[in-house]
Amino acid sequence: MGVQTAEASELRVGPPPTPPGRVTGLMVVAGAAALLAALAAHRAIVAVVGLAEDRTAPLVAIEWVVTLVALVPVVPVVAAALRARSRGRHLAAGDLVAARSEAAAGRERASIALGWALAVLLMAALLGFVAANDGAVAHTFLKWEFIQSTWRPVAEGFWINIQVSVGAEVLVLVLGLVVAIMRLVGGPAGRPLRWLSTAYVDIFRAIPSIIVLYLVGFGLALAEVPVIKDLTPLWLAIVALTLTYSAYVAEVYRAGIESLHPSQWAAARSLGLSYGMTLRTVIVPQAVRRIVPPLLNDFVGLQKDTALIGVMGVADAFTRAQLESSDVFNLTPVIVVAVLFVIITIPQARFVDRMIAREQRKSGRA
Amino acid sequence: MAFLEIDDVHKSYGSFQVLRGVSLEVNKHEVVCLIGASGSGKSTLLRTINALEPISAGRIKVDGDVVTGPGVDVNRLRRNVGMVFQSYNLFPHMSVLQNVTLAPTKVGGVGRAEAEERALELLERVGMRDKAGSYPDALSGGQQQRVAIVRALATSPQVLLLDEITAALDPELVGDVLGIVRELAADGLTMLLATHEMGFAREVASQVCFLHQGSILERGSAEQIFEDPQEERTRQFLGRVLASGRL
Repeated sequence: MGVQTAEASELRVGPPPTPPGRVTGLMVVAGAAALLAALAAHRAIVAVVGLAEDRTAPLVAIEWVVTLVALVPVVPVVAAALRARSRGRHLAAGDLVAARSEAAAGRERASIALGWALAVLLMAALLGFVAANDGAVAHTFLKWEFIQSTWRPVAEGFWINIQVSVGAEVLVLVLGLVVAIMRLVGGPAGRPLRWLSTAYVDIFRAIPSIIVLYLVGFGLALAEVPVIKDLTPLWLAIVALTLTYSAYVAEVYRAGIESLHPSQWAAARSLGLSYGMTLRTVIVPQAVRRIVPPLLNDFVGLQKDTALIGVMGVADAFTRAQLESSDVFNLTPVIVVAVLFVIITIPQARFVDRMIAREQRKSGRA
Repeated sequence: MAFLEIDDVHKSYGSFQVLRGVSLEVNKHEVVCLIGASGSGKSTLLRTINALEPISAGRIKVDGDVVTGPGVDVNRLRRNVGMVFQSYNLFPHMSVLQNVTLAPTKVGGVGRAEAEERALELLERVGMRDKAGSYPDALSGGQQQRVAIVRALATSPQVLLLDEITAALDPELVGDVLGIVRELAADGLTMLLATHEMGFAREVASQVCFLHQGSILERGSAEQIFEDPQEERTRQFLGRVLASGRL
């Protein structure tokens, strides 16, 4: 090196400047996708509306609205086109930096259009499926008159699902914690307890809950086990689901307890708190806060498994829906049950989100 | 008879010997500073005194009572031997006041009102009374450590073990915490400190012990250790500390 003349020093050192990216290609793809999606959505909604006996004015309005909404992804395509033109002007004027920034903005708009177009396309496919086979799908699953005639018995059955869910959840919270703590008891004296706890989790996590329900529902009653044989089927369902889900929840508790740093144990013990007192006042309260999201996961699983309690002769929502379905030869009542499950799950998820957010605000971590 | 007697204490993790026969006597109202490189056994020695670490061999006596070996009521021992940790270890789910009153109310047999009154008094002393309702995560490191000291004092221990309590603090927060320890020393509280703050050790220590590979290699007054160390290892260690600007 070292031979740089005055002339050479005016030359650029380092790599050439980044050229502005291309917009047109992506824009054309996005535009094509947006138009295709809008067309598909239009055809799908026309097919769905066509299932009605007569084309009333509100139905025509729905057709129009859906088609217009499906055209929304075209808007960012237009924005991308404007940016592409602006990019060309800046490039011609030699303003590389402005051209680059316009190009980036244009590509961003085109990408947004592509994303929305794909979403519209998927929704159109779903609509098309509902209208498929001359509306057979819609008629099988979503017949308004059957919703009207069957929702009441189904909802009554769902009350049983809710009772079983809540009852089992309360018991699971207690039994799960007991099993988790048994697994954490130290020393040679705790060995049999640790062994029992491990065996319990291994066994009940492995057995499908429908089998546990069946065995508890019929077996315990058949064997005339004292106390248990006098339980109502509803309570037997609660017992069976508690047995299964305590195994899951025990593992969740254990993970939460073990996720705490050992220094929390050291701090509590150094103050003269006993092992049990440390668990109760320091470890478990912190662990419980951490395990709320995975706990909700297991609770949603438990709630869904209440749809299995029909095998032990409890007339829950799903059992009743099956009866209603076979009466009318249509699956709409079962869809009603499915919707009810969705409806109870969503608020729980939002509640947990809020709880976590509040917890973070309280401790100043927000 | 010394207040705290540590007699030939050994401690191993598997085949690794952390403490190889440490003996130390501490009288009431003494402030003993343990210095030495990381891994020399300072923290482990402190943790054997309140039985957070069981020892492999040897004996420890507090106030004439043997506190090592089976059958010792460690919970009673620990109420008498307070400890403050490097990383504060406050309970994050409890407010400052709850952190401080937990041990007195749950195991000290003190009523809630009385415990809170005393906690507020202690918090006042360290300038944290107005933070009594705050949660640890909302406090700075220095504030958390001051609360941790108060928490350890709340059971009225006769000895306080301080395990590198300023090592995790930002430099500008160290002074506040050391100021509190200085006051406690002036009040005559018996303390053992594992520390890297040589200047502070020099100022408050009645006795300085230099630990090297699990044993006390040299021991004497602060003046003796810092001005005229006898052992080559001590000289090397202090030389390195001096070179890093910490003396």
